Amino acid sequence: MKKLHIVLLVLIAVSIAVLISFTNTTSTYDTIDTAKEKSGKFVHLMAKLDKSAPIEYDALNNPNYLSFTAVDSLGASVKVVYHSAKPDNLEMSEKIVLKGKYKEGQFECEEIQTKCPSKYKEAEAQGKSHPGTIADPRMADPTN
Amino acid sequence: MSYTGEHLIYGQLGNFLIVLSLVAAAVAIFSFARATRPLEDQASWLRLGRIAFTTQSVAVFGIFALLIYLLQQHLFEYHYAWKHSSRSLEFKYLLAAIWEGQEGSFLLWMTCHSILGLVLLRKQTEWRAPVMSVLSLAQFALTTMITGLYIFGWKMGSNPFILLRDSGVLDNAPALHLNFDITQPLRPDYLSSIKDGNDLNPLLQNYWMVIHPPVLFMGFASTIIPFAYAIAGLWKKNYGGWAAEALPWALFSTAVLGVGIMMGGMWAYESLSFGGYWAWDPVENASLVPWMIGVAGLHTLLIYKSTQHSLRATYLFFILGFLFILYSTFLTRSGILGETSVHAFTDLGMNWQLLAFVSVFALPSLGWLAIRYKQIPSPQKEEEVSSREFWMFIGSLLFFLSALVIIGQTSLPVFNKLFGTNLAPPEDVEFSYNSIQIYVAIIVALLTAFTQYFKYRRTESSFFWKKMLLPLLITLVLFGLFAWLIGIDYTRKGPVFEVSIWLAVLLSLYALVANLSYIWVGANGQLKNAGGSVAHVGFAMVLLGIFISSSNKEIISNNIDGIPAPLAEGENPRENLTLIKDMPVNMANYTLTYIGDSAHPKKQLWYYKIRFASKNGSDSFLLMPNAFVNYKGNEGLMANPDARHYWSHDIFTYITSIPNPENAVDTSRFVTYARMSGDSLFYSKGVMIIGLPKVRKDIPDDLFGKDGRLYELPLTIQSSTGSSYQLTLRGAAAKGQWIAIPDTITSEGMIVQLQRVLLEDGTIELGIKESDALLQYVTLKAYKYPFIKLLWYGVWITAIGLLISMARRIRLARTSQPSS
Repeated sequence: MKKLHIVLLVLIAVSIAVLISFTNTTSTYDTIDTAKEKSGKFVHLMAKLDKSAPIEYDALNNPNYLSFTAVDSLGASVKVVYHSAKPDNLEMSEKIVLKGKYKEGQFECEEIQTKCPSKYKEAEAQGKSHPGTIADPRMADPTN
Repeated sequence: MSYTGEHLIYGQLGNFLIVLSLVAAAVAIFSFARATRPLEDQASWLRLGRIAFTTQSVAVFGIFALLIYLLQQHLFEYHYAWKHSSRSLEFKYLLAAIWEGQEGSFLLWMTCHSILGLVLLRKQTEWRAPVMSVLSLAQFALTTMITGLYIFGWKMGSNPFILLRDSGVLDNAPALHLNFDITQPLRPDYLSSIKDGNDLNPLLQNYWMVIHPPVLFMGFASTIIPFAYAIAGLWKKNYGGWAAEALPWALFSTAVLGVGIMMGGMWAYESLSFGGYWAWDPVENASLVPWMIGVAGLHTLLIYKSTQHSLRATYLFFILGFLFILYSTFLTRSGILGETSVHAFTDLGMNWQLLAFVSVFALPSLGWLAIRYKQIPSPQKEEEVSSREFWMFIGSLLFFLSALVIIGQTSLPVFNKLFGTNLAPPEDVEFSYNSIQIYVAIIVALLTAFTQYFKYRRTESSFFWKKMLLPLLITLVLFGLFAWLIGIDYTRKGPVFEVSIWLAVLLSLYALVANLSYIWVGANGQLKNAGGSVAHVGFAMVLLGIFISSSNKEIISNNIDGIPAPLAEGENPRENLTLIKDMPVNMANYTLTYIGDSAHPKKQLWYYKIRFASKNGSDSFLLMPNAFVNYKGNEGLMANPDARHYWSHDIFTYITSIPNPENAVDTSRFVTYARMSGDSLFYSKGVMIIGLPKVRKDIPDDLFGKDGRLYELPLTIQSSTGSSYQLTLRGAAAKGQWIAIPDTITSEGMIVQLQRVLLEDGTIELGIKESDALLQYVTLKAYKYPFIKLLWYGVWITAIGLLISMARRIRLARTSQPSS
């Protein structure tokens, strides 16, 4: 066997091991109820903003504290706390993906992705989108 | 039914050109395929192929020109013009608007293919016919993406010339239909109601959007050429004959695709509020992976040219490099990325077509490679451990496998789709890549440093160590200086990772020094022969820049000194800082003041002026991050950063929040307080001390009347934040009426007015109104990026090195085959 073949086998084995260990670090998409069951574990919570509950954000007193209530399609609700600036399109979002952990009665969120029905907002959620990929403007008013 | 104001001729012409392109590409595929066989009629097939490909290119350029015209003339009867442009769109962004959409970006890709094809046609070799046949096949496949034809009820592609009224956009707008009934046809004059287009996404109204996509797509397009040469080799069963001819193209492709990718990074860093240049975003990974595989193929091709080894690997890498371009196209355009990234192009219902596009190239090329694999020559003799090719091959292999790992991680949503799983990306996505790739980088840096010092086939160890010694010593000295003066401060991910970063810096530095010295040791200081070393120097700078800037990146808007945010014990300081207008706030080594804003003359774009003054007084500058506010009726903020560049670092800031304009409606009322001179009056944020009122009578009678009085009241305001203000309130009794002149103290969120002065008993009535709506403030984030310039210069030097090599390889190819 050639030396390079040994190197090849070793590297392929390492690559496979790396990919398998990667799948162990992945998280899951959850509803509020399943996120509560996995208390303390990092999840992607798929929910909506509860527009009837107040949104607490006062940039003057603390620009790094946002709190609101999220509800999901199954009707469960949870208080969400986020330690950064409020995404400006939060109120308009029709769907939010909250990345974080459920802890002590509230969802501690590390990152918020908002999805909005309007034309530019999908691409803009939390300023995190890639510019090469754009939202669909088909929902926009044609006469603007 | 005919509609007024439409210009249908351009669409008809456009559709004709699309069909022409499709037919001409089909003719070119077939003709070049026939011309691949050395038969008598080869020359005439070749001629036909050239005519067909040239026709196809003219059609593609024509489609492009027509689209530019539609947008430039604001012909909103065309959906594409309406969707991607507006009357206020500046001319310079016209091109950006064209490649904003799927159809335009496919067209850009085809345009690049056409340009490359025309260059390939300028010279005639035995390889050009099969290569052009493959290229024409790609042109054919790409043209189908923009046809929009219905075949047995199945829509093929998405047509850029579709009319607005056929696009479905107007179907639910009653005002545009007869009798305001959407079941009725459109009004004949509907177009007069379409006043303006949807506009280019404001985030993309940026000069990077004008230059980054063409370079990136030229890079994408160029990967097909090494692929096509590999296919040509399998086709003609002349397995290695194409190496010399393909090598300059492989170098070109690596240079252009690399620059294209990093331009995206520069854009993200400079003009988007991503907080960095690289986020392992699926879109970024999807273009990085083919580049890495291309680099692997480039190196194995060099090995083959010098030693006859590694030809099989070269085939695999060149074929997979292009196939991964196609796979990337599928990933980013099919909408399959779904939740892993908010973005992803909209699903245009073309997933099966995209999948077919990948398969049309993947199945035959991989199948063919599998069948002919054993026929591809491979020397029996094993590579020496002291040979250059041995280490080069390991490096290529590592690059290739690391690319596969990256694309594997990126493909998580595909995995979910295939196996019905529900896996989401890990908690720290970037670290899930960094923690693996740093070790790849360490080994690659080491290999980059020493491999050139080996000779092909076999190297005397005395030769190797003699030449290696000096660079090693210089590296150690530089590393010592680095550790002493700059260092790495990154403890977040534990000591192992921190040590790895130190090691990565050491080895990148070694790669830099070793390759720099090789320009003299190996190429006698002649730059035109040292393209490889120059490229490696650039690559080492890229690595160094990445390690130093990313690990020492500092968020300097930490909310410690600023507006006091309630921080629990042991809690990390948070990243956003609020600045009230005209109120200086301390942040890191700077005092920041928000001094106002100004609006763009045409767009809803605001510039926020933030003055940075260093605390020791040595430096002071103004940064103007901007943001689109409520653009085109969309509530919210789209922020672009601004940066101050120094040789050693950048200071970088962007707006994260501004007061909601709705809250700015002032609903509070004046509350009246009666006090005497010398009294204090408390308000919510401090106290004011009332001075002695003065009465002025030297005022014009015609304005104030005969008994007119002007009262002046000095006021001292002591805020609880420590600020103190002096001001003079004025109020006038004129023609029997009291006129109060309100005075605003913005930083206290307060308006004060003098409402009455009774000189008889000394009573003074003050009206006070307090409201946050008065406060003008911005919330921002600021970073310090050290040594980011190493990365940017490294990218350019890498590209220059590759182009030097390309020029040299073209020269060599010319002198070795003077007949062609």
